[in-house]
Amino acid sequence: MPTKIEKDQISGQDTTGHEWDGIKELNTPLPKWWLYSFYASIVFAVVYMLLYPALPHVGGLLGWSQRGELQATLDGEKARRAPMMARIESTPIDQIRHDPELMTFVQAAGRTAFADNCATCHGAGGAGAKGYPTLADDDWLWGGTPEQILQTIGYGIRNANAESRMGDMPRFGADGILTRTQIADVASFVLALSKPGTDKTAEERGAAVFAENCAACHGDKGAGNPEMGAARLDDGIWLYGGDRATLVETIANGRKGSMPAWSERLDPATVKILSAYVHALGGGK
Amino acid sequence: MDGGSVLPRTTRQAPAPAPQSLYASRVKVHPKAVHGRFRRLKWMVLSVCLLVYYALPWLRWDRGPGAPDQALLIDVNGPRAYIFGLEIWPQEIYLLTGLLILAALGIFLASTLLGRLWCGFACPQTVWTDLFMAVERLIEGDRAARIRLDKQPMNASKAAKRAAKHAAWLVISFATGGAWILYFADAPTIAGQFFHGEAAIEAYAFTALFTATTYTLAGWAREQVCTYMCPWPRFQGSMLDEHSLVVTYRDCRGEPRVASKKAAQPGSGDCVDCAQCFTACPVGIDIRDGQQPECINCGLCIDSCNEVMIKVGREHGLIAFDTLARLSAIHKGETPRYKLVRPRTVIYSVLILLVSALLAVSVLGRSTAELHVMRDRAPLFVMLSDGGVRNGYTLKVQNKRRDVQEYALTMEGLPGAFLEVQDIGQGGDGEPVRFHAEPEAVTTLRVFVAAPRAVLKGDSTPITFRLLEAGPGVATATTAAATTENVFLAPRR
Repeated sequence: MPTKIEKDQISGQDTTGHEWDGIKELNTPLPKWWLYSFYASIVFAVVYMLLYPALPHVGGLLGWSQRGELQATLDGEKARRAPMMARIESTPIDQIRHDPELMTFVQAAGRTAFADNCATCHGAGGAGAKGYPTLADDDWLWGGTPEQILQTIGYGIRNANAESRMGDMPRFGADGILTRTQIADVASFVLALSKPGTDKTAEERGAAVFAENCAACHGDKGAGNPEMGAARLDDGIWLYGGDRATLVETIANGRKGSMPAWSERLDPATVKILSAYVHALGGGK
Repeated sequence: MDGGSVLPRTTRQAPAPAPQSLYASRVKVHPKAVHGRFRRLKWMVLSVCLLVYYALPWLRWDRGPGAPDQALLIDVNGPRAYIFGLEIWPQEIYLLTGLLILAALGIFLASTLLGRLWCGFACPQTVWTDLFMAVERLIEGDRAARIRLDKQPMNASKAAKRAAKHAAWLVISFATGGAWILYFADAPTIAGQFFHGEAAIEAYAFTALFTATTYTLAGWAREQVCTYMCPWPRFQGSMLDEHSLVVTYRDCRGEPRVASKKAAQPGSGDCVDCAQCFTACPVGIDIRDGQQPECINCGLCIDSCNEVMIKVGREHGLIAFDTLARLSAIHKGETPRYKLVRPRTVIYSVLILLVSALLAVSVLGRSTAELHVMRDRAPLFVMLSDGGVRNGYTLKVQNKRRDVQEYALTMEGLPGAFLEVQDIGQGGDGEPVRFHAEPEAVTTLRVFVAAPRAVLKGDSTPITFRLLEAGPGVATATTAAATTENVFLAPRR
């Protein structure tokens, strides 16, 4: 506490009683405008605390909350999109791509829906990964027309949905259907379908095994069959890898890649948007 | 007189000093009416400035159907700036920056040669303050009458004069604030809407803002804006040197000052100490004290002094636009010289020419279309079943014209490659795909380029997208509207 309060001779003001090397500090009161602004802000703060959620677990009198505001924004956004979503839903899937307005919507909405739901496995932009098909190329396991893509996305592959696409490649090695040598021969034959081979005799032996065991699904020349998800074997695209070791493993153990039925998780319009979006990634037929 | 003590008063009168404030309040300036060369020049500049400011938005300029016909319009929502024949898109805002740089360099050069020409003649603060002072003089009378009126207690006549003055000021302020919004919307339309209460809230807000600032700055703040608020006079000093023209009291001629009755005395100067230079000054300084930061170089003291000099039969020009170098030369008895060519005047001139040339080149070289290419990053490339490689691109084509344009898109750099514009058509290397672009809009194209593995030399091949003008009558498009380089990526071998 200041002890020596005295009046300053020059200004006529009180001093604070503090002194440093003979210099005394004037006790200048806070400016009025400052003080009243300060009081006003206290009043404001009290009113604000009552009106808005300021304390834990207690909502404000206005009933406002950030979550509520977010929900309102989302609802508003949904309402804003509703007419387009309705149009998407009522347009046949193979007609959507001919409507530039719908496609603009599909590109925007599809991008986010794809990133949220599909990109985890299929990669951003449908780049694909080992075991997860590239969606931007011109090679389709289950067909690349808009209808086929809609079917695939809607009901998925090898899952519990009744409509799910089913196709089973036997475990030729693990179940003892083919011997090691036969598998090696078939691998030589299959590799030679897309690249010039090196071992003619092994390929010939493999051709016989292929005709007997594989051609039913993959076709005589390995052209594949989208009806049962049998991969095309005569092109440069390999889902699990096109080297001999991977191929031998594929033949020996089979492949059972699976995809969820997205109609169980997403609304029909979104599934349609995703189908049109994937079709437009570059590989659509 | 107490022997010229320099000690502060407080220490001299020791026992009980009156409390004193450190705050010096403004001494009101009452400039008197002036007639003369610089006053006439100032009236001229003022008239031109105000005429341009108030009339320019009403000037029409035909740009064809669908386009605004206002000569100068900054359409914020458009968003475009229309400056006579020039139409500026947001991405060309650098043109406006260039104009501002040019204006700044112009002021630099003018300041270097002619001193605070901007401050004294053309600055809006000076122009509007001058206008407000003229109104004040018209209503309340000249200097002496105004000083009397200030001291006079309030009565009906004083109240009437004051009310008339402030009303007139507010009318001018409102016209100033109101004219501002005319630059940002079609002038006749917004003027009509404004008075019917239909204009946007921004229009009313900006009108109110500029009405308030004009009234405050030109009516009340006046020279304080120049002295305390404006940063320009502070760094303007770096553009002036001793060869710049400044309003100068030629002290070697004027001193020692002697009242004109005693002027016959030998050795007396030309200055008759009539204080007319001081009473004419709009910033309230005495130019005879030498160069001062408050001086805005308006030249009114020159006019005022010249009037007196002619009356007392002496040569005019006791106060004049002169350079400090000439003044000191006269002091030393040398021949006074003007020096126009100095490093700084040369540098500013060269810069002005350079920026003007740059601006001219960028205005003349403006294209009517723009092409931006974004290469897909995910996936970087797609392997095709035939062993080829495909890259995806998103092309943004901006048609700046006011009608639908037909363009042809070509891709070069990959012989044997295919070019597909999704949903529009297919072409090849050098073989164009035609499409339409909406007027004044950006058209987005999804483009795929597929190349056989054999033509790819490495993992990255430079390619060129070219946008060609392909009007309806043009069979083979050759004129490139825009060209953009990009690359085609493939896996490493």
